[in-house]
Amino acid sequence: MAHFEKANSINEWMDQRLAVNTLKKVMQTEYWIPKNINFLWAMGMVLAATFGLLLVSGIFLLMYYKPDVNLAFDSVNYTIMSEVGYGWLWRHIHGVAASVVFLVIYIHMFTGIYYGSYKKGRELIWLSGMGLFVAFSAEAFSGYMLPWGQMSYWAGMVITNLFSGGSLEAYGLVEWIRGDYVPGDAFLTRFFMLHVLLIPLAIIGLIVLHFGTLRIPHVNNQDGEEIDFEEAAELYKAGNVKESKVIPFSPVFLSKDVFVMGVYFIIFFYLVFYKFEFAMDPVNFDPANGLKTPAHIYPEWYFLWSYEILRPFSKDLGLIAFAIAQVIFFALPFLDKSPNVAPASRRGKFHIWFWLMLVDMIVLTFMGKLPPTDALFANIGLVAALLFFALWIALPIITKSEKKL
Amino acid sequence: MSSRRDFMGKALGGFTAVGGIAALYAMKRSWDPLPSVKAAGFTTIDLSAAQPNVLNVEKWRGKPIFVLKKTADMKKDDRDVIIGSDRFLIAIGLCTHLGCIPAYVPDDKKFKCACHGGEFDTSGHEIFGPPPSPLEIPPFKVEGTKVVLGEAGPEYKKMLDAGLTV
Repeated sequence: MAHFEKANSINEWMDQRLAVNTLKKVMQTEYWIPKNINFLWAMGMVLAATFGLLLVSGIFLLMYYKPDVNLAFDSVNYTIMSEVGYGWLWRHIHGVAASVVFLVIYIHMFTGIYYGSYKKGRELIWLSGMGLFVAFSAEAFSGYMLPWGQMSYWAGMVITNLFSGGSLEAYGLVEWIRGDYVPGDAFLTRFFMLHVLLIPLAIIGLIVLHFGTLRIPHVNNQDGEEIDFEEAAELYKAGNVKESKVIPFSPVFLSKDVFVMGVYFIIFFYLVFYKFEFAMDPVNFDPANGLKTPAHIYPEWYFLWSYEILRPFSKDLGLIAFAIAQVIFFALPFLDKSPNVAPASRRGKFHIWFWLMLVDMIVLTFMGKLPPTDALFANIGLVAALLFFALWIALPIITKSEKKL
Repeated sequence: MSSRRDFMGKALGGFTAVGGIAALYAMKRSWDPLPSVKAAGFTTIDLSAAQPNVLNVEKWRGKPIFVLKKTADMKKDDRDVIIGSDRFLIAIGLCTHLGCIPAYVPDDKKFKCACHGGEFDTSGHEIFGPPPSPLEIPPFKVEGTKVVLGEAGPEYKKMLDAGLTV
């Protein structure tokens, strides 16, 4: 057995057994963050905090929710909303956070794209982040099934039908995923399992990985400058705080993060208390009915851009386009051939590419919400979908010709 | 010594792989539709009271079934179910694009899907929009003026062999 001295404090006692002081150094006081960043660098912690809110509100919803096609709708809309004390609060936090979390994810992603934070050793940060995006998408979809309203049912129908693979007509696979010919009890209970256990486990694992991938390449900065972190850290530790280009993650950087989070939570809880309707689709307040399709089926706003890519093409082509759109962002670090890690504003053609991509995705989002009947909007949607793919094809070409800064 | 350790490693790895594959099979089977779900798959429809150009929607295996008695001016089709002198469209009422239920518009004599704008004629053929194939015909068996869904009768098998449905 190892030799232990008598400890003089709780901290010392813990340190002897768990090396808590080393842990604190590695994770907080000597984890170095560049000074040259802005509020957009706080989005990671904003996301972590929003995930925490989803977890806590979800735990309380879980206590009264009943995963059964006959009971689910009332357990949410009657029991939780009008019987459980403050049940409405957990539901509105959960619904609003599920919507807002995607807005912050998109801001976080486009910040990374703008500043080139996916290159030169930071590829894994991007890949694990995209893994999180996919896991959050699956989490959002499976959660959307649970109130078992009309949109739950028909979104479940449409999305599981995607797995028939168009002309492959793999209906056996679709029925296997559902456990029934149509979404039914087996479907609801397995998506309930995915939503409350398997996918959250995957998300927590991916968050740990995402943080881990940051450790060695470190956080990027506003100029894409390659900082000698060891030298800068020595300077900071020697007391030359002003001259050093870095600050410790905790408590210095975190205190700035907490300020941004404070502003964020004021807006967030304003939405929860006064403007929660945007996250509650009125169609989903009708109980699921397999014999009546709602007049217009559309996904939540954060899936609209990829839905719009599915829509304007024929069935097979649409599915292929949709499948590519789902995974193409994973390839970003490998399609950007430029050696420069710099903000898009200094990268010539890439600057145009960035804004075109952002605006195109916003256009796709708006077109995805509109009914399919209007020819003008359908054509705008088609052009936007084609532009999306044209931009991805253009990316390696324009970045290859980019001059080294 | 190391060869003995290698052998042990390979043996352990082999058993683990077999166990892993067996576990995957068990997991796959657990997601299969239950026997009770599969057994509840027969529905009988009486067609004697049907009115022409009025759509009836029945339920079979949780799916809507379109039953439409054709009027004399509607085009005849090999997919029609013939009972006496009457012709019927009997089809699964889910759009072959992504599974929404098209609505019947009696004045236009068309099915229109609200999700992505697909349209079908009174024989279930796709005539507009993204649907890649006609409305599917469920397995059926004619018994007098009744039709049993879920059981494949000779008329259904003929359609299947002719490739009129999947």
